[in-house]
Amino acid sequence: MSALKISDMVGRHGLLQAVKGLSLDIPEGETLAVIGANGAGKTTMMRMIAGLHPVAEGEIALAGTPITQMPAHARLKAGIAMSPEGRRLFEDMSVRENLMIAAENGRRGDWTLASVCDAFGQITPLLDRAAGGLSGGQRQAVAIGRALVANPSVLLLDEVSLGLSPAAVEGLYQSLEGLKGHLTMIVVEQDLTRAMAFADRIICLAEGIIELDGKPQDLTRQQITDAYFGIHKTPEGGHA
Amino acid sequence: MKTTHILPMPLSDRWLIGLACLVFVALALLPLVASALVVDKLTLLFILIMFAVMWNLLAGYAGLVSVGQQAFVGLGGYAMIRLVEAGLPPFPAIFMGAALTGLAAWVLSWFVLRMKVGEFAIATWVIAEAIRAVVSFDPLIQGETGTSLVALNAYAPEIRRLTVYLLALASMGVMIWGTWRLLHGRIGAQSQAIRDDEGAAASVGISTFQVKQRIYIIASVGCALAGALWLASAITFQPRTAFGVQWSVFMLFMVLVGGLGTFIGPILGALLFFALQEIFGDFGAWYLAGIGIVAIVFALYLPRGLVGLWLDRGCDEPLSMRKRLGLAPGQTPRA
Repeated sequence: MSALKISDMVGRHGLLQAVKGLSLDIPEGETLAVIGANGAGKTTMMRMIAGLHPVAEGEIALAGTPITQMPAHARLKAGIAMSPEGRRLFEDMSVRENLMIAAENGRRGDWTLASVCDAFGQITPLLDRAAGGLSGGQRQAVAIGRALVANPSVLLLDEVSLGLSPAAVEGLYQSLEGLKGHLTMIVVEQDLTRAMAFADRIICLAEGIIELDGKPQDLTRQQITDAYFGIHKTPEGGHA
Repeated sequence: MKTTHILPMPLSDRWLIGLACLVFVALALLPLVASALVVDKLTLLFILIMFAVMWNLLAGYAGLVSVGQQAFVGLGGYAMIRLVEAGLPPFPAIFMGAALTGLAAWVLSWFVLRMKVGEFAIATWVIAEAIRAVVSFDPLIQGETGTSLVALNAYAPEIRRLTVYLLALASMGVMIWGTWRLLHGRIGAQSQAIRDDEGAAASVGISTFQVKQRIYIIASVGCALAGALWLASAITFQPRTAFGVQWSVFMLFMVLVGGLGTFIGPILGALLFFALQEIFGDFGAWYLAGIGIVAIVFALYLPRGLVGLWLDRGCDEPLSMRKRLGLAPGQTPRA
């Protein structure tokens, strides 16, 4: 069954069309990596799914239920949670408060503060520290934990590794490996090697359209690089 | 299943609340011994504290920087005049007028809360001016000449003064206590999240519009109540004064000088403003220049206000509004 279905979705920033008629069908439990150059429309796509950016045209359905007109706060309750680009923690609040505010507003389920601390061990000693004073890796772990504790069925992770040290990225992806298969994940990732190793499926966005869509083992590095820079289309026309 | 509980309040905060309760009782008994002048001055102080607490709720906790709260100050007074004209006794009309102003705030909220920060500030000012112009056309108000709440003259001056004083004291107490309860509840954490990052707040399931709307309406009702009490104290209603931008400037000054986004900051700011008014109020334009200089000094050297002096010593914020969330029993995270 499809966890998330996007049909002909268009997103605009003023006159600029950032996402151009994008269609995607993501099965339950799949981990989808979204790659693409800066300005390809990755973050806009994620924000549209989360309800943080208006959908100009098209439809989004969560497990068969249309959610296109649903506001962001209601989408969290419906089962979509996001760890946004830049982490965007509530700086003046403690880590515990950051997590609990999402827990209070999210769905009830297996993910609690305790289980999130289990999955992301680095969070536990930080619980009573102000979120504003954390390192990049710690902030990312808290941002992911904050999304998880809302018990989503679809987890959106925007730019997981951006600006982080290799050790921090490695630690985070080790924790994320444990989530695979239990929930549907869409991960925006600039690191191609990491994306290919982690995801069940990869799409490459260029100028708001899907240039490439396939399983990592079926795609060559050259195909991905070409799609990334928008210099090559797939034989079928490229629009999955 | 709830997963959280609020951690116990620090002992110092309990002492502070106890002290505040004693001061409140003392203020309630003060008219027995104080002169009429002192009672009048303290009534004004309570009204200033109400303004400061309400503006801090709006800007300090929800990030809604309004320079148009005078719209509700004036509307509170105007609604009171209209209700008295319709036959309602003046003192109940104070509260009924504030409630009706809440309805007006609800209508306005659908427009202004969809705007961005800068647009919101300007729009609130423009709306206040537009409302002032409309109210001026009411024949009862007689344009800029204004009118008097003559129904209050039916009461002996001592009774009127005492009633307004006690109503102002009670209203201030309810507003401070209500703000405390509101911000220590769910809406407090939600409003602070919105102030920090509205997009992120929406992504963690907070209905940002709904939270802002509630706070906007509460702050508007609070300003209207303070405005109606001010009218009951001053008796004369002139649109230019009642809807004057000086109300918002006073609110802004008190909150910034006291400590934006802190609980006791606005109260300290109101006390300082009141003291400055009392000491330098007779210096005319120099007084206003002095207020401006004080504001500049605080902006440059004490941007966190009077509460910042305390925080800079490494002390915890007294009566902090930060939601002290803890784990419920059995929910302790495993290390």
